[in-house]
Parts: sequence; structure tokens; C-alpha cells
Amino acid sequence: MAGAPSSTNDHEHRDIERDGTRMGILDGKRLLITGVLTDASIAFRVAQVAQQEGATVVLTSFGRQMRITQAIARRLPQPAPVVQLDVSDQEDLDALAERVREHVDGLDGVLHSIGFAPQGAFDFMAASWEDVSAALQISSYSLKSLAVAARPLMAERGSVVGLTFDASFAWPVYDWMGVAKAAFESVARYLARDLGPEGTRVNLVSAGPLRTMAAKSIPGFEAFENSWPERAPLGWDLADTEPAARACVALLSDWFPATTGEIVHVDGGVHAMGS
Amino acid sequence: MAQSENEILDGIAELVNEETGLPKESVEMDKSFTDDLDIDSLSMTSIVVHAEEKFGVTIPDEDSKNLRTVRDVVAYIQQAQG
Ligand SMILES: NC(=O)c1ccc[n+]([C@@H]2O[C@H](COP(=O)([O-])OP(=O)(O)OC[C@H]3O[C@@H](n4cnc5c(N)ncnc54)[C@H](O)[C@@H]3O)[C@@H](O)[C@H]2O)c1
Repeated sequence: MAGAPSSTNDHEHRDIERDGTRMGILDGKRLLITGVLTDASIAFRVAQVAQQEGATVVLTSFGRQMRITQAIARRLPQPAPVVQLDVSDQEDLDALAERVREHVDGLDGVLHSIGFAPQGAFDFMAASWEDVSAALQISSYSLKSLAVAARPLMAERGSVVGLTFDASFAWPVYDWMGVAKAAFESVARYLARDLGPEGTRVNLVSAGPLRTMAAKSIPGFEAFENSWPERAPLGWDLADTEPAARACVALLSDWFPATTGEIVHVDGGVHAMGS
Repeated sequence: MAQSENEILDGIAELVNEETGLPKESVEMDKSFTDDLDIDSLSMTSIVVHAEEKFGVTIPDEDSKNLRTVRDVVAYIQQAQG
């Protein structure tokens, strides 16, 4: 389970100890971070970098994953509280603001790092609506559910950030999860429209493939493992979640004040190449 | 600080019990986690994460996927504590 943090030696020189004089780009920010399962989770690295940049972090988890998240939360620079949230459970969504308020008095940012599709959804031609609808509910609609649930806590210039996998193409094996990501990207644009007047920005990071639990549950994920690093002009490390995490932290900060409905690609440049 | 085989076995039995409710006595050296104890991959992840914490070791994914029996885990931890 461990491993990801030690695989990023080339970034370590930037993780300077905060000594009180150095300003972090998230100083004073209060963040709700979903999606921390193991220390390979993209959200784990976001939480880690966010804390290093001065943020106070509250995590979410649910069901049988809760015990794992609680143990992983103790590995952050500052152990973080974990509140219950299954995005497909309306009671959890209704109770979210209250549960988060036990730890922070408001929110400046929310990270959506949630993805799930039943195994059947990874066979495009055979998938049932039951499989597909579960994928859409948990991986697409949930961005709206989460944003609405967090809304009562959102500060004036809040930021919602989510993670996608480039939905402009039909990929090998990704199948209905790819369709769910296309919907997710669209949900982000509509949310940007409807939350913009309240000052809330909604943006996505489109990450290249990373070896997380979610990735391992995709049968045939190996299809990406060789081709991506070869196609990326900058190269690509499947075990390094830090580039995606840094982009999330940047979007959660005040450094993109007039950006919303945007998708930032953190994929080594693959999205811009013809082959 | 290296622990004895029995201490590690006891610790693992405790973690399995906390995760699954299985009695500690059922966690014997030659039992396979999946075939004999019926532990799925999510519970196995939890056991590995808690074992890392309890025994002060790191068990990378490449290694944990090869740990099939209780003996495999005990031996791995003992070696890692070296
Ligand atoms: N790993 C990749 O290759 C990759 C690439 C691009 C985008 N992404 C996206 O990044 C996000 C995070 O995934 P990851 O790769 O870090 O994997 P991960 O397995 O570490 O995280 C997935 C998270 O989704 C959460 N989740 C699933 N169902 C949920 C529910 N009903 N309610 C609340 N939470 C739920 C899980 O608890 C888990 O923490 C996902 O949206 C994923 O699609 C991943």
C-alpha cells in the first residue's frame, strides 16, 4: 500500500519545511477532500500537498473503506478527521454540512476524487443499464450532489475541483466509465454556470493513468501502462500522483480566480499529441 | 525492533479479528487469506495498512499481492523488521 510517497524523490526538493515565514498558497484555507482510500490515492497526495501549503483538511470515507481511510489519515503531516460520506446515500449527503462543521467553521474548497463502476461496465457492448446507471450515479452525478451538500458551508470565493480521465476519446477497456467521465465533465460545466454567481469556481484535472485502487479494479488497465509514458512528450510516471495533486492544489488556491468550467490536463502532454 | 514469529502471528490474528470478526484462533500459519479465511481484497488492503502501522514496516503493493498465507505475511514482517 505504501510506496507512492517514496517514489517521488525528484519532487522532494520542493517540499520545503514551512518555517512560518514562507507563505503557503493555501494558508488559512479549509478543504473537504473526498476519495482518500490508500496512500496511492490521488486524493491522499492532494491532502498532503494541501497541508504543506497551509490548508486545514477534512476527509470523507464510507462503509468498509472507513477503517482504511482512518489509518491512512494518520499518515498525513497533520492527522485529519474523517467524516462519513457515501455519495450515493442521500442521508449522508443531507448530513454532510453538519458533520463537516464539527471540524471546521466553513469551506474554501472541495475535492471530488470519486470514481466507481461495476465490473460489468467495463464491457461496453454487454453492460446492463444497472451497471451503467451505478457508474453514472457515483462517478458523474455525484459531483453535483457533493457540491450541493457542501454549499451551505462554502465561503465567498470557493473552489470545487474534480478528477477526470480525458473523455474526448474512446479508450481501450474504459468503456462506460469513459461515458461516465464525459458526463462528469459536462456536469462540471453546468455547475460552473450555476455556482458562478455565488463566486464558486468548478474545475477539473484530467490526469494520465495512475496505479491506484480504482485503476487496479479496471480489467486490462495495463493497456495504458506502456503506451502512456511513450506517447507523453514530458514522459509519465504511473506511480507518481504528485503532478495531478499539485494541479488540484493550484486550482483550490486563489491563483485561478477567474477560471471556471475548465479542464487542466496533467497527463505529460498526451492529450495534445496526434499519436 | 524485531518481534518473534509468535508475537507477529498474534498481532496479525488481532488485525484479522478486528477487520472481519473471525476468531483469532482461526488465523493459523498455513491458512490462505482468500481461500481459507475468505478475506476479500478490500479487507486484505485494510489488514495490510493496519499491519504497516502496527509493526512499523512498509509493505509495497508489488509485495503485498504475493502474500497468500498467514505465514507469508509473518515472514515478510519479520524480515522487514530485520
Ligand atoms: N488512477 C487513474 O488512472 C486516474 C486517472 C484519471 C482520473 N482518475 C480519477 O481520480 C479519482 C480518484 O481515483 P484514484 O485513482 O485516486 O483511486 P482510489 O481508488 O484511490 O480512489 C477512488 C475513491 O472513490 C471513492 N468512492 C467510491 N465510491 C464512492 C461512494 N459511493 N461515495 C464516496 N466515495 C466513493 C473511494 O472511497 C475511493 O477513495 C477518480 O475520479 C478517478 O476516476 C484516476
